[in-house]
Amino acid sequence: MGLLEAIILAVLAASTPLLIAATGELVAERAGVLNLGVEGMMIVGAACGFGGAYISGSIIVGAISGILAGAALSLIFAMMTLGLAVNQVATGLALTILGIGLSGLIGSRFVGEKITPAPHLHIPGLTDIPFVGRILFGEDAFVYLSLALVVAVWLFLYRTRAGLVLRAIGDNHVSAHALGYPVLRIRMLAVMFGGACAGLAGAYLPLAYTPFFIPGMTAGRGWIALALVVFSSWRPARLVVGAYLFGAVTILQLHAQGAGFGIPSQFMSALPYLATVIVLVLISRARTGGSTAPAALRTVFVPDR
Amino acid sequence: MRKLLIATTAVILTAGASLFGASAAEKLKVGFIYLGPVGDLGWTYQHDLGRLAMVKEFGDKVETTFLENVSEGPDSERSIEQLARAGNKLIFTTSFGYMEPTLKVAKKYPNVHFEHATGYKRDKNMSTYSGRFYEGRYIQGQIAAKMSKSGVLGYIGSFPIPEVISGINATMIGAQTVNPNIKIKIIWANSWFDPGKEADAAKALLDQGADIIMQHTDSPAPMQIASERGKLAFGQDSEMIKFGPKAQLTSIMDNWAPYYIARVKAELEGTWKSEDEWGGLKSKMVVMAPYTNMPDDVKKAAEETETAITEGKLFPFKCPVIDQEGKEVECKGGDHLADGQVLSMNFYVKGIDDKIPGK
Repeated sequence: MGLLEAIILAVLAASTPLLIAATGELVAERAGVLNLGVEGMMIVGAACGFGGAYISGSIIVGAISGILAGAALSLIFAMMTLGLAVNQVATGLALTILGIGLSGLIGSRFVGEKITPAPHLHIPGLTDIPFVGRILFGEDAFVYLSLALVVAVWLFLYRTRAGLVLRAIGDNHVSAHALGYPVLRIRMLAVMFGGACAGLAGAYLPLAYTPFFIPGMTAGRGWIALALVVFSSWRPARLVVGAYLFGAVTILQLHAQGAGFGIPSQFMSALPYLATVIVLVLISRARTGGSTAPAALRTVFVPDR
Repeated sequence: MRKLLIATTAVILTAGASLFGASAAEKLKVGFIYLGPVGDLGWTYQHDLGRLAMVKEFGDKVETTFLENVSEGPDSERSIEQLARAGNKLIFTTSFGYMEPTLKVAKKYPNVHFEHATGYKRDKNMSTYSGRFYEGRYIQGQIAAKMSKSGVLGYIGSFPIPEVISGINATMIGAQTVNPNIKIKIIWANSWFDPGKEADAAKALLDQGADIIMQHTDSPAPMQIASERGKLAFGQDSEMIKFGPKAQLTSIMDNWAPYYIARVKAELEGTWKSEDEWGGLKSKMVVMAPYTNMPDDVKKAAEETETAITEGKLFPFKCPVIDQEGKEVECKGGDHLADGQVLSMNFYVKGIDDKIPGK
């Protein structure tokens, strides 16, 4: 296995949890809801995902447990911000704190245990193709499912009526409401989709990346996912670019250190974030009437009954 | 109904308080401040094992409280003070970043005794304690050099602080006794704990040709990656063999139990004094996990080195110590570097083809 191939494989794995979590958050934000609790939902997804897989012995059960846990936590957020019209920013931050505590509690009995991680795919013939085989057909299934997820979300948002309604609600909930669309119900579903994705992204860490559970193992990836949504200017295709770019810089800086390029490692560690800032600036400068933030993002909607 | 409830609660609370008050008077209350969760499998986990062993030793003579996930820096002051105010007479603060806050609270509560891990500031009622982890690193360096086929070691560092740098140097000096041309690749995670990043760093090191993984970060992720790739690795802080049954060569384990028992005993007997304890293999504050996954001759050599260090016959930083520029480091400790030089180490030894970040 060549060095370049090894680097690409590492980048794929490192980017996957970011991509999954960011895709979910993108849908929620497109519906006009900013959920800052991604980190909290991710870590609870990690704890429950690991627990599910450890008890059942099945990675699929683990992934489903993670999804359900993330969705359940986001339901609390939905009830607060949609049902009771509480401030979204404050509730999201509270959700993160709650999630970190909750995951420690749920995960405490699983600490120190280990599971067999999700297997790397092996399709006879295809996986064995030199260089591209391992990359295109040889990672764990989550890597390819995450890309399928982005395509599905893109199709949903831009090629279905329901997607159009969701975007309309995110841009102008009053008009959507006047047209008879169930604003709060759709927002709730969008938030739960976001939660489910965050839960799956969290579960990916103990199921495939580092197959054990330790409190705090998401280590800020939820926040990066949030930044990626802004980075993508709320477009799924750009999200893929952003997630892989971020993953690539993260992995490359480690390789640069190992190769002894002599650049201070503190600077290298900051590089992924620096790259995000630079791209944000470029996007905002190059914007020609393209998609910006959903107009109704973060605003509270109370229907007149 | 509601009034009744309140009244009942009040009665229960008062009764409870008086009960606890009575029992607390007889018990020595001991507090602990932890950096991570007790289940981190590394640093904090080992401190909690020490606490539990101490509780087992003294039974109902002591009552312990711990606060976990206390972030370093000024915020920890509140947590430390909270323990002092709650009547704890002996308080252990178990991370470097609690140094200044502990000192401040110690000045405020002269009748409470404080114990700070890995720091260097003391007071009448504040001791310090730490482990000579570099002794274990020297042994690991020798094992690594013997076991490496590529002659390249992979080292994952947390932050470039003296404790970590002295560990890298001790590893290299140990390795050079076996193979003078040994190479080391160093990647800084700039975090004590980020399993994903630690795993990525381990992958990068292996992909670049290292075949032994050594870490000074706290999660078992690098061990797992080495195990997955069929390579060898050393654990950190605790026994990590579960995560790499065919990979772990040994592990430097922090063993705080004897110290915690000794200090609580002194407190109970009224003989507690402010001290500076820097224990190594000899005092068993640093313990090596069983030597595994290596041929018998390597194991025997490792055991001999361990014995020599324990008996004070071998010093990892034996003079002359040569730095990267080929200059001899001033020898302040007789035939080896003085403790102060190790505690403030800020240079790489000869043979490390890298620079300390930010230097």
